[in-house]
Amino acid sequence: MKPQSSNPSARRSQSLPPRAGAGFKTLHADAILEDGYRIGFLEVHAENYMGAGGHPHRLLTRMRESFPLSVHGVGLSIGSERGLDAMHLSRLRTVVDRYEPEQVSEHLAWSTHDGTYFNDLLPVPYDRDTLDRVCGHIDMVQSVLGRKILLENPSTYAVFERSTMSETDFIREIANRTGCGLLLDVNNVLVSSVNNRFKPLAYLQDFPLELVEEIHLAGHAEDQDEDGARLLIDAHDRPVDDEVWRLFDIVIAQTGPLPTLIEWDNDVPEWPVLRSEAQRAEVILDRHARTYLMGARHG
Amino acid sequence: MRGPISWVPAMDRTAASQQDRFAAALLDPERPVPDGLVTPDGRPASRRFGIYRNNVTVGLVNALAEVFPTTQNLVGEEFFRAMARQYLLDHPPASRLLFEYGATFPDFLTGFEPAAELPFLADVARLERLWLDCFHAADAAPLDGAVLQRVAPQDLAELRLIAHPAARLFSARHAAVTIMTRDRTGAPLDGLDPFRAEDGLLTRPAFDPEIRHLPPAGADFVGHLLDGRTLGEAAAAAFAADPDFDLPAAISAIVEAGAFCKAVLRGMEAS
Repeated sequence: MKPQSSNPSARRSQSLPPRAGAGFKTLHADAILEDGYRIGFLEVHAENYMGAGGHPHRLLTRMRESFPLSVHGVGLSIGSERGLDAMHLSRLRTVVDRYEPEQVSEHLAWSTHDGTYFNDLLPVPYDRDTLDRVCGHIDMVQSVLGRKILLENPSTYAVFERSTMSETDFIREIANRTGCGLLLDVNNVLVSSVNNRFKPLAYLQDFPLELVEEIHLAGHAEDQDEDGARLLIDAHDRPVDDEVWRLFDIVIAQTGPLPTLIEWDNDVPEWPVLRSEAQRAEVILDRHARTYLMGARHG
Repeated sequence: MRGPISWVPAMDRTAASQQDRFAAALLDPERPVPDGLVTPDGRPASRRFGIYRNNVTVGLVNALAEVFPTTQNLVGEEFFRAMARQYLLDHPPASRLLFEYGATFPDFLTGFEPAAELPFLADVARLERLWLDCFHAADAAPLDGAVLQRVAPQDLAELRLIAHPAARLFSARHAAVTIMTRDRTGAPLDGLDPFRAEDGLLTRPAFDPEIRHLPPAGADFVGHLLDGRTLGEAAAAAFAADPDFDLPAAISAIVEAGAFCKAVLRGMEAS
């Protein structure tokens, strides 16, 4: 008998396994359940489960019985100048209470302004005013949810002249002040580094990796700016790029294995394609897990 | 008239206006790139701001295509996307839940001149919007037909039925029910008369929405019941609209469809 498994608060305190997970798409449900390969965890966009009932909840309830779950919000608009929306935060709490996910995360971005929802993760300047505002919002989210959340680094296409801090300093200070954890999207690091001409390795060196509790990997599209220089677009519509795999390997060598999500939201392929991306991540996680074990044995 | 003096402290005004300008320019290509948004070498980030504009537009057009797939099939993808782009400029989403987007899209289509040759388009869109509301509505167990059989015959006229949260009544001057049903089951649209008026009932007896054609006067009958009128009042309305209304068939159809979840007699739940 395992008394702790019937205790909901014990279940809630569990974390995601340091394995590869996949963004859950309803069309993959049967394939995931029938697959001999057991995916490490599933992640859903919170907003897709804010409807009152019906098929989405039935399906997620079924998946949740078999897999660890991460709830990833895309609509809270934490960077909004107009404050958090109490109704949306309450809906997020309902989703979190209903599914008791192992992890909850949101973005350093805004998506709503004066009642209009833009359905995109829009950038914020990195200055003291914005920092205070974002920290206040995260404090409120964590207080309403009654738990710590992870904040994800954005993909950006331009910079604000009024920024007075680096993105990594800005994110570190948010984490220090609010106690939130971090979700490191390695594809976002590469996308932003190409678009804003910095070195992704320098960014990773400055990033507070010790606070990272989850990784995101995704594919990006390529475009050009007015001078014909390369621009990357965070498209989530194809396999993870080789450069992102290389950066991921470098991160995991430092952090040890972390829960790692493959995001594929547009032109979604058949499950085996997504699974093979997850397995590729797992090869890297396994390799560093062994290194870590050896380090522990000899260290 | 007061001059352009603001009483908001300068610091706050700058902070408040940054997202104002960014937001306003996202959906209006005539507006300049927001001040202070620059390339890494400090030039105005016009091409880069275009990526945000494009992400927003494409994302919202995709959202409308997901809500209105049959409407898109009827006009073709290219036409639909142009129409959707036009719509979202004046009607961006007010909800952060994209599955709620497009409540005013059917009305927009009614007045959309380039689609005037397809006057049934707005009705199809209205039905698709209702279908998605039905899909996401709250769960409830449908009324067990045996309950009605246990009600004494003399009490039946006094019975009121409580609507299932997913039940939606649809009436139109066009054959939207047939069009959507055929389109979504992959059946050809050949030979149907789009100008035949149709009424339909959307329900979710299990987990997936179902749609049924209603017979003449069926919408009067179901509409009165959904409004909380008694079975007797609903039947009277139906017979007034069509003296040949088949009441027993209508009662078994609404039970089978799962349109209601409870029966109430004199303020008490019948069981």
